[in-house]
Amino acid sequence: MTAAKLIRASALSIFRNKMRSFLTSLGIIIGVGSVIVMLAVGSGSQAQIKASISSMGTNLLMVMPPRGPREANRLSMADVGKLRSEASYLSAITGEVRLSSSKVVGGSGYWSTSVYGLEPDYLTIKGWPVESGAFFAEADLDKRAKVAVLGSTVAAELFPGEDPVGRSVRIGSTPFTIIGVLSSKGSTGTGTDQDDVVMVPLDTAVNRLMRDTSIQSIEMSVVAEELMDEAQAEVTAILRESHRLSEGDDADFSVMNQAEIIKTAAQTSQTLTTLLAAIAGVSLVVGGIGIMNIMLVSVTERTREIGIRMSVGARRRDILLQFLSESVILSLLGGLLGILLALGVSFVLDTFLNTPTLVSSAVIAASAGFAAAVGIFFGYYPARKAADLYPIDALRYE
Amino acid sequence: MAIIELRGIQRRYEIGDIVVRAIRGLDLDVEEGEFVAIMGPSGSGKSTLMNTLGCLDKPTEGTYVLDGLDTSAAGPDEFADIRNGKIGFVFQGFNLLSRTSALENVELPLFYDRSGSKADPRARAKAALTDVGLGDRLDHMPNQLSGGQQQRVAIARAMVNDPAFILADEPTGNLDTEMTLEVMSLFQQLNERGKTVVMVTHEPEVAAYTKRVITMRDGAIVSDAPVTERRRAAVDLDAWKKRHARIAVAEASP
Ligand SMILES: Nc1ncnc2c1ncn2[C@@H]1O[C@H](COP(=O)(O)OP(=O)(O)OP(=O)(O)O)[C@@H](O)[C@H]1O
Ligand SMILES: [Mg+2]
Repeated sequence: MTAAKLIRASALSIFRNKMRSFLTSLGIIIGVGSVIVMLAVGSGSQAQIKASISSMGTNLLMVMPPRGPREANRLSMADVGKLRSEASYLSAITGEVRLSSSKVVGGSGYWSTSVYGLEPDYLTIKGWPVESGAFFAEADLDKRAKVAVLGSTVAAELFPGEDPVGRSVRIGSTPFTIIGVLSSKGSTGTGTDQDDVVMVPLDTAVNRLMRDTSIQSIEMSVVAEELMDEAQAEVTAILRESHRLSEGDDADFSVMNQAEIIKTAAQTSQTLTTLLAAIAGVSLVVGGIGIMNIMLVSVTERTREIGIRMSVGARRRDILLQFLSESVILSLLGGLLGILLALGVSFVLDTFLNTPTLVSSAVIAASAGFAAAVGIFFGYYPARKAADLYPIDALRYE
Repeated sequence: MAIIELRGIQRRYEIGDIVVRAIRGLDLDVEEGEFVAIMGPSGSGKSTLMNTLGCLDKPTEGTYVLDGLDTSAAGPDEFADIRNGKIGFVFQGFNLLSRTSALENVELPLFYDRSGSKADPRARAKAALTDVGLGDRLDHMPNQLSGGQQQRVAIARAMVNDPAFILADEPTGNLDTEMTLEVMSLFQQLNERGKTVVMVTHEPEVAAYTKRVITMRDGAIVSDAPVTERRRAAVDLDAWKKRHARIAVAEASP
């Protein structure tokens, strides 16, 4: 008996019971469909995170305090100064402090937002233009001037319909004069509004708004992409010296380049994606059990047919392969429909529901393979049961 | 040469503590070209014997040499191959695949043919169906055929692999007189063409169309005799049809 004949015979018996076959593979359809959609949503959001991090600036290097909760943050204004004067591959540098959910009062009321202490280079690093007014300059830092630049969201909330330049706001209890409004930058991939921000000079923030003098991160632009590695090494060396670390000491800071930042950011969403896909994978297994269940029923129902086939010369292996190929075809068809379903759902999510999705062909191929594997795994037991029937008992079965 | 050679065959079924001895020590030779009827009361072991002959079941003891081949050492796969190549089966309940056309039913043994010598299964199946007078019913499903026609499809299926012999367990048990005559006339034709046929029947009238009658009782052969007054099913069928035509005419014009 050839493979073509076998497949034809199995397909015939599947299509003889269209409704039942469809319901049988429904579990696989949903399982494969949801795995692909989950992964598509995951890679879609990762692609978006990547895109938005690339938009964070060009040739970005970032210094951050160590991750562990116990280790003290030792990044300081002095580190920024030392990098500025000693590092040779940097085109721009800024220290950064952040006060999240600060109450900003002024204009039509108050607004809770993030306040950043920054240096003038910040806008260069981000490539972020000012919409009206101006950004603060070195002189404002030296003077610890009480000036602020508003993100467009904050401007719109506090001063709807007017230009806030020249007006004043209070951050905490300190009054600030508004000297500029930034152009709108939109949301990040994770949905954070980048325009919901107030920026003040770094020295002003550290001395007038913060309780301690450490800074939260340092951001830098490297002059050229080819020099990223050298720049990163140099920055690390300078900071180690600044922190008086000797040869074998662990660094009390971490220097990351853009690629590493993307990786870190993507990791969280990767974990979530994997979790969701695993849950969806469970439904695939449940679908497989559904197939096994129906195949067992089918073997019982068709006991007489099995007997007839044996009586005209079918070997046990022929029967085994017949039922196995039926369950494999069922789950492959289910997988195929699941793929189509997933493509449709991903398209709808992407086009109409503003959720970016990215369906990769590797995932499609893998889920088709997995569907076939489910068919073999869950089809084997019923097929074995059919093949092990004794011809006479099968023929006599009522 | 004997095509079937049974020596000391026993078949015991053990159900819990009870041992049923369905066949208890049976010797039998069937020569090529014979037409044998096996008779006997219910439970005497006729079906068990047929299953043994058909390699559907293995005897508990004894040897079975089929067409010169000792089956004692054969495993399930060899049994399957023997059933496929050497034996044609006809059952009381027809045992056709439902929702499968007559043609595809007849093709079924060729589907499992491993000898590779049976080229063009479709044409062979068509020829076999034409042979049993169903050349115009190729695409009919079993439920669209009368009992007699279904049994003829089953006979075509039994013949399609050109087996060494045909086994039929009460092939006319579910058929009325006319259909019985049709089927028996078909068996007689096959036998006249040289095919060995062994069949089980309860009816002496049916046994009268064969050449040799074996009677069983309690799992053993109690008599084995040639048929002296052999009847021709085709002739009886003609007579039966004429008589019924007359009755029908008589009924139509009172
Ligand atoms: N699978 C089985 N398990 C147990 N006992 C069985 C089995 N098959 C047959 N028997 C027993 O073997 C004996 C012979 O049965 P068999 O079917 O051969 O009789 P038979 O002559 O064909 O009867 P009938 O004319 O009713 O068809 C009976 O007593 C039956 O109960
Ligand atoms: Mg019987």
